[in-house]
Amino acid sequence: MGHLSAEDRRVWLLIGAVMLMSVLFIPFSQAVLAIKYTYTVRIVALGGSILGIVSGVLGSFAVLRRESLMGDALSHAALPGVAIAFLLAGRELSVLLIGAGIASWIGVQFIRSVVSTTRIKQDTAMGIVLATWFAAGIALLAYIQARPDASQAGLDSFIFGQAAAIVERDVQLISGVGMLAFIVLGLFWKEFKLVTFDPEFAGANGFRVRFINTLLSTLIVVAIVLGLQLAGVILMVGMLIAPGIAARQWTQKLNQMVILSAVFGAFAGGVGAVLSAVDTDVPTGPMIIVVAFVIVMISLAFAPGRGLIWTWLQQRGDQRRFAAQITLRDLYRYAQAHGGTSHPVPEDILIGVGGSSAQLGLKQLERRGYVNAQAGKWVLTAQGAEAAANDAHNQQLWDAYRVYGDELDLPLINEDRQRSIDEVLSDEAVVRLEHQLERGMR
Amino acid sequence: MADKKKSIALSINDLTVAYSSRPAIWDIDLDVPEGVLMAVVGPNGAGKSTLIKSVLNLVPRAAGTALFYGKPYEKARSLVGYVPQRGSVDWDFPTSVVDVVTMGLYGKLGWFRRPGRKERELALHALDQVGMADFAQRQISQLSGGQQQRTFLARALVQDAQIYFMDEPFAAVDAVTERAIVAILRELRERGKTVIVVHHDLQTVVDYFDWVTLMNVEVIAAGPTNDIYTPDNLRRTYGGRVAYLDNDHGVTALAGD
Repeated sequence: MGHLSAEDRRVWLLIGAVMLMSVLFIPFSQAVLAIKYTYTVRIVALGGSILGIVSGVLGSFAVLRRESLMGDALSHAALPGVAIAFLLAGRELSVLLIGAGIASWIGVQFIRSVVSTTRIKQDTAMGIVLATWFAAGIALLAYIQARPDASQAGLDSFIFGQAAAIVERDVQLISGVGMLAFIVLGLFWKEFKLVTFDPEFAGANGFRVRFINTLLSTLIVVAIVLGLQLAGVILMVGMLIAPGIAARQWTQKLNQMVILSAVFGAFAGGVGAVLSAVDTDVPTGPMIIVVAFVIVMISLAFAPGRGLIWTWLQQRGDQRRFAAQITLRDLYRYAQAHGGTSHPVPEDILIGVGGSSAQLGLKQLERRGYVNAQAGKWVLTAQGAEAAANDAHNQQLWDAYRVYGDELDLPLINEDRQRSIDEVLSDEAVVRLEHQLERGMR
Repeated sequence: MADKKKSIALSINDLTVAYSSRPAIWDIDLDVPEGVLMAVVGPNGAGKSTLIKSVLNLVPRAAGTALFYGKPYEKARSLVGYVPQRGSVDWDFPTSVVDVVTMGLYGKLGWFRRPGRKERELALHALDQVGMADFAQRQISQLSGGQQQRTFLARALVQDAQIYFMDEPFAAVDAVTERAIVAILRELRERGKTVIVVHHDLQTVVDYFDWVTLMNVEVIAAGPTNDIYTPDNLRRTYGGRVAYLDNDHGVTALAGD
């Protein structure tokens, strides 16, 4: 792996922290919420976390492919499959899920073929499938429930999900199938990554893009189907996409995103299931979704680089920094033009030029000890004059870099003029630029 | 270009592609000799991108064939490098510059095999060639348009192909990047590669390219730039609404309203 960057370390730390919090939640819930870890609670929590991992990992790809709504259409499309499977083969969970998977899978293929053969756009095609398949499912369920057959009881729980019905064998089924899905994902990792990022290039390189797309959609269908019993066809999309959305905020690497998404999914699934045990009236599926979206909200707010609060803080910092820099330049230029750096500059003039940002800038400069106020005028301190001179010189060097960079064979760097150029270029390169400045600019 | 024995890198015969029964390109016959830098020039909707995509089997053909050194594309993939339009991907995808360049080697790796140290070194070398060595670890979401284009170019270089197809590599890049791309194109030609570029800037065709194909759904004219890039041929390609000036460098076209 080599050395880890600060960003990588932060992500792995977060992954560790979420895992730790998941574990610590068990004693916390026992002590504070007085949760009793009965067999049912244990099974449902375990099922919830494992399902969270599976849907978190596979849902990451749905998010990156901008197919979040496709996930919603697919989970709704699963319902008629449940009903038909019941009519054909009776009430066996794995059979019902296979039926759900087939109906959902036919739904994806239908959407894809409509999009590729007609002028109908993807969102419309998804709307058609979502409504039609779901309507068929509801109609079939109503027909089944009207039959004098006791075994149909609870089949409608697939609409909203019913976690309490989960037994140990169901958890084994989710784990086993989830593991298979992960193996496929591992084998085709590189292909999935390429096809998600640049399908055209993948096609030109001889990858069978249609096949890879179908395989990936199939895996997403698998994740959806596994979650139906717990979350139901209506809410499953939340489990699928929430962990991925949250994870995307924290990292810029696909593998980290997928792992973080799994951890978020496990946390939401486990914690949501346990929280729903506080009171028998709290449904599990919706509770898991609520926890998952709390994680999304926290991520949207606080994630460094992308979060709203982070962005706000950075914008405020930039505003102050730039205001200080611009005001310092104005002050320096005016003072020099009027007899020297220690010449006092009237505040009116600075405000007249810079407006409110000049006021902000002066406050910053005063705090740094760069300027002193003297009866409505501002005077550069020795420190301030030096900073202003350094800044002016730095800008000259950047100018020289832009003009002579190619000629002097300097490396290509981002022109970030707010930074001191000697932070980005080698000492030797800066010396060459200084030399060029002495000879005079073109 | 008197050497008639030069081998043909790309040979297109009777190629037709239709989108909902309207032909996007019609009955294209084109031979591209090895070692030329060829511009594909024509107005919007002339089928330039479609030509490239159909040659690379990315869109279905209604008729015709394309042969690479006499072989169909399925058997000649390792000979072909491709630079799609920069706007065709989501640059907010969570990955780094060196990762994207490594994708150029996925095709050679084949199913299931993962890129390793060797692939990474090749990618870093290609980034160095396009002047992006310092950007290897950068997230692609932080790149400027010109840097995105160079990244795509590096991904094609790493493919180490014989024939390169580039879809508007000069679109909306600054002068520095344009110069860097031209330098790379010339280096490719010196190494005997054939480069086919969809190009929009009529002013630079003569400077940059030694071979040109003028097309508007059909091929209007193709051959050495000096012979083919004439006001008459341009008028036959673009119609009368474009004004042409003859100057020392050959032909310059000014788009009229």
